[in-house]
Amino acid sequence: MGLTLTWLSIIVLIPLAGLFLKSFELNFAQFVDIITSRRTLNALKISFGLAFLAALVNLVMGSIIVWALVRYRFPGRRIFDAIVDVPFALPTAVAGIALTTLFAQNGWLGAPLAELGINVSYTPLGIFLAMVFIGIPFVVRTVQPVLIDLDPEIEEAAASLGASRWQTVWRVVLPSLFPALLTGFALAFARAVGEYGSVIFIAGNLPNVSEIAPLLIVIRLSEFRYADATAIAVVMLLVSFLVIFVINRLQRWARAQEQAY
Amino acid sequence: MLRRILTVLAGLIWAGSAYAADVSLLNVSYDPTRELYVDFNRAFAAHYQKETGKSVEIRQSHGGSGKQARSVIDGLQADVVTLALAYDIDAVADHGLLAKDWQARLPENSSPYTSTIVFLVRTGNPKGIKDWDDLVRPGVNVITPNPKTSGGARWNYLAAWGYALKKWGGEDKARQFVADIYSHVPVLDTGARGSTVTFVERGVGDVLLAWENEAFLALKEFGKDKFEIVAPSISILAEPPVAVVDKVVDKKGTRAAAEAYLKYWYTEEAQDIAARNYYRPTNPGLIKKYADAFPKVELFRIDEVFGGWTKAQKVHFSEGGIFDQIYKD
Repeated sequence: MGLTLTWLSIIVLIPLAGLFLKSFELNFAQFVDIITSRRTLNALKISFGLAFLAALVNLVMGSIIVWALVRYRFPGRRIFDAIVDVPFALPTAVAGIALTTLFAQNGWLGAPLAELGINVSYTPLGIFLAMVFIGIPFVVRTVQPVLIDLDPEIEEAAASLGASRWQTVWRVVLPSLFPALLTGFALAFARAVGEYGSVIFIAGNLPNVSEIAPLLIVIRLSEFRYADATAIAVVMLLVSFLVIFVINRLQRWARAQEQAY
Repeated sequence: MLRRILTVLAGLIWAGSAYAADVSLLNVSYDPTRELYVDFNRAFAAHYQKETGKSVEIRQSHGGSGKQARSVIDGLQADVVTLALAYDIDAVADHGLLAKDWQARLPENSSPYTSTIVFLVRTGNPKGIKDWDDLVRPGVNVITPNPKTSGGARWNYLAAWGYALKKWGGEDKARQFVADIYSHVPVLDTGARGSTVTFVERGVGDVLLAWENEAFLALKEFGKDKFEIVAPSISILAEPPVAVVDKVVDKKGTRAAAEAYLKYWYTEEAQDIAARNYYRPTNPGLIKKYADAFPKVELFRIDEVFGGWTKAQKVHFSEGGIFDQIYKD
């Protein structure tokens, strides 16, 4: 307990406290002014909104990937399993530049998409794509072990009791996976909210359109407005904490529900 | 085995330190000067060795100008700063790291080389871009970095403003013109090099607002068959300044070398390096020698039109300044 607290304090709590202290250089009215300016609100909306959407997509696509990896045997399965971790290991800037090149109007995928009138690089869609890319391993890696532990015999039992396939998935498999799915979602979301390196190259960075909150923080820093920058950071921190807290409660509730069965 | 590895390692470390230079300088610079300082450092090291018998090693750090200034303020031990604009060095001076009158310490406002803002267009100039007015024609996409994060981008912005001011003579008109240009900007990169990549490699946009040296570098790098430089009728005289960081050199005992380093810029040899790297020299002899290398543009100084960097920064780029207002509506 003592070790945990000390370690957590040095690595996490003290730096975060420093962040809060810095924002106290502003009085309350200034603080409110900064965080409610149209530009800040838009940046927060873009970061949190797109991170939420990206986490949702990762939740669905990640689950499908997990299902395929765990329940099916196909050639190259181990390689695919390893590829899932690539977004973890790749420097984020490399990921961002690679995605930007690929989806630019003259890129391999960007050119045919541009023909269809869809521009990815330098639009919010590009931000979303980068966030999906960096978030996918979180869902896969949290759900995978739980699904491996989930005995297929349970499904067979459900089937033998007359449940349809849909009922089995909906009432038997999903509830057991639910806490893990939520964790994966929360992690993917949190990572995407704070993501800078991979997003910055593909975003286009237009204020109010495709400017993410972390970039706005960097901009404020480059104006030597440290307190303003920390004000935005504090808001991001609080919102993220709130979201993760809510998800934690949901998880507990889900576990309790499951045990009640 | 481990012992043997350790012995070898120790030997390597010893050998490394034996070859270490007598003096080591850190030059904290901005994005597009990488190639320039590679050449300059090599020449200076040779020059310094000859003059003093001491070897000197110069390490380079590059990044967005404002970000670099911040690193120095936050403790990066830079012996000299060579940034994109005087304002960034002023910010370092405001934090007590060098004397406030730093800009008077070297000739030419401490700007040994200058540049200007020109247009880079795709070959054949398909959109027929000749001057600033053409940037706001419908269907023209302009690539320029974000003046909030890029020193170079501030020169772009001020060049456009100065042009409009000279053409129409009113602040309102200038503001409208600049806002109009930014409504034609599909991507705001964070640095000048990033914008060059967006335009040149990603194929986005019809015209890149660029430092003249970046434009020439892109021509050299990618071939004249892909891009052309278009010089506008009027542009700004960009004066990237250099300064010794007093606090750091006094602590490290590198003042003599650092001062020699910057003074060396004003020699003919160094001015020639600047010109070969497409920076406009300030030495009168070399201006003449390279007269044909640079397009003829009517250049104005920031002091004449904007009353200096501090004022320009405050009016245009500070929080709630004109640039912010442009993106507010």
